[in-house]
Amino acid sequence: MAFLELKNVYKSYGTGKERVEVLSDINLSIEEGEFLAIVGFTGSGKTTLINLINGLHFPDKGEVLLQGKPITGPGPDRGVVFQNYSLLPWLSVYHNVKLAIDKAYPQATGKEKDERIRSYVEMVGLSHAIHKKPAELSGGMRQRVSVARALAMNPEVLLMDEPLSALDALTRGTLQEEIVNIWSKDKKTCLLITNDVDEGIIMADRIVPLTPGPNASLGPEFQVDFPRPRVITEINQDPAYKLLRNEILEYLIQVGAARKQEQKQVEYTLPDLKPVMPGRLRWRKKREDEKVKYF
Amino acid sequence: MKNKLITGLRFTGLGFLEPLVRLIQGEDPQKNTLAFVKRAIFPLLSIALFIGIWHASADYLYNKEATARIEKAREKQGETAATEMKECIASGDVSCQPNTLPSPAKVWLAYQTLLRDHKVISNDKAAFKKKTAALNAKRKAKGDAPITYTGRPSFVDQIITSLQTVFAGFLLAALIAIPIGIIIGLSSTLRNSFNWLIQILKPVSPVVWLLLVFMIVKTLITNPDMDKSFMISFISVGLCAMWATLVNTSMGVSSVDKDFVNVAKVLKLNVGQNIFKVVLPSSLPMIFTGLRITLSVAWMVLIAIELLAQSPGLGSFVWEEFQNGANDSNAKIIVAMFVIGLIGFLLDRIMMTIQKMMSFNKAEVA
Ligand SMILES: Nc1ncnc2c1ncn2[C@@H]1O[C@H](COP(=O)(O)OP(=O)(O)O)[C@@H](O)[C@H]1O
Ligand SMILES: [Mg+2]
Repeated sequence: MAFLELKNVYKSYGTGKERVEVLSDINLSIEEGEFLAIVGFTGSGKTTLINLINGLHFPDKGEVLLQGKPITGPGPDRGVVFQNYSLLPWLSVYHNVKLAIDKAYPQATGKEKDERIRSYVEMVGLSHAIHKKPAELSGGMRQRVSVARALAMNPEVLLMDEPLSALDALTRGTLQEEIVNIWSKDKKTCLLITNDVDEGIIMADRIVPLTPGPNASLGPEFQVDFPRPRVITEINQDPAYKLLRNEILEYLIQVGAARKQEQKQVEYTLPDLKPVMPGRLRWRKKREDEKVKYF
Repeated sequence: MKNKLITGLRFTGLGFLEPLVRLIQGEDPQKNTLAFVKRAIFPLLSIALFIGIWHASADYLYNKEATARIEKAREKQGETAATEMKECIASGDVSCQPNTLPSPAKVWLAYQTLLRDHKVISNDKAAFKKKTAALNAKRKAKGDAPITYTGRPSFVDQIITSLQTVFAGFLLAALIAIPIGIIIGLSSTLRNSFNWLIQILKPVSPVVWLLLVFMIVKTLITNPDMDKSFMISFISVGLCAMWATLVNTSMGVSSVDKDFVNVAKVLKLNVGQNIFKVVLPSSLPMIFTGLRITLSVAWMVLIAIELLAQSPGLGSFVWEEFQNGANDSNAKIIVAMFVIGLIGFLLDRIMMTIQKMMSFNKAEVA
């Protein structure tokens, strides 16, 4: 039995004319301890998909199962790293992480909690900034806090929604490595949402593309079998890497182009207008019915 | 040190002095001189212009009133009375001074009179205290109430009374509006249910609140020793001014950023944590914006309410001076006007500073 399973999941927003069918017929299963990446275009419904798993949203049709049981709402078994960090700006790094610790270890004494908070902050390398507020941190540091907070709940699955897409390339590389390191320590199940194929290949065991929306669904899966630890500079040279990368990119480009074509056909159906040819002008007396009556 | 000073100046709204500080430090003289002229000299010039226009109009009104008096005397009592009136006005005699908009100089004199008056009264009070100290100690030992000073309050005393009333009213407004705002903000059902009441009561005039409070307080408080007029005026002030805070609090609480709501949900925060760790902090900027409006409304209606309720304070000072009709009464009213404006401005500045401290996104505060 798969650890996390989505079966024939459909999800739409709004009603009536505003209704958008975002996800359609999503089938996905993730094994325990697996690192899965989902790549897709912006706006295709990646955040929607992750919200169905973290319990903020529910599918219109189909089911989302965690260890065989349907998801009924958010829970401490699923840690979430939000796309836009979502740290509470009025709390320091310490207290942002503390919120999660308080939830995960309600019985712990103050001292135990303090130790745990410090250890998670240290895990993401932010001990020196532990008492700073989010506004005083760089983007990369904020994302680290967000990861620490998600880990601090001691979840069984870590759900990450484009955790690194707002960061510069260098910070991105280090954080990719750090997340994989943390994951390989206790082999938590990880679901990474990304718009960067390379990121998926470096980090994941398996990559599943999401086709562009509306009515996005999952494409064929790509297994990533490179040995770990993977080092970007080394893996870059590997012909198998290039092959896989091209394969995934080609698939994405192809579905993207196909979708564009479809939309174009809808958009550009020309209206059925016949041009009016100018006739020859000549002077004549107006017929009675052509005269404009003013009074 | 310099940067600290500049931040401090900016924070307290004295930012116009910033170029001067930089200039003294010898920083970019040309740019800072220009900035100083623009931000400090021009405003000073505008004050001078204001006083000039005021002086001219006061002059004009004075002459018009004087001519009217002389004409009236001539009409009623003939030429000799007219000349007498003219001489009387020119001599500066109190009995026949034209009663009109006072000139800046007269207002300045009235201001000094008020200060002198305050000194006299406070000396009086101190002397009274010394005189009755022994007696009061004896009375206290016996369990009697001490003898208190019952003389006329000075202008400064009136200001202090007004400030006390406005703070009592402001506290009352905050104590009522913030909790109710939070409760209403948390539930859209409650918000919809009470919206009509809030919308109807919000625009009610201070005068009506005063009358309403009067009806209730008069019935509730039968003890003659209690200061009824103070209670009536501060409760009315509070009720008039609390609406901005109420509406802002409920708005802030009900419109917490979706990201924060999601965090609270994913972390499964309980109700208490949700309110104190997420909802309240995120609505604090809104709440303080509301409180800032509340304080300025409170100060504005206070004067009218004191005037109507005949409770001591700047409002009744103004009213008494107006009825008094002494030679410098008008000038004293203008002094009160400036004092009221200045205090209102300072209160707003204080609130703005607090608001800035409360705001987590510092750019949001105007
Ligand atoms: N709460 C919502 N209400 C209506 N439409 C939404 C909502 N959230 C997302 N959408 C729409 O669903 C689509 C997918 O959004 P999202 O899942 O955020 O995409 P992604 O995360 O892949 O960029 C978008 O077209 C977006 O406009
Ligand atoms: Mg997204």
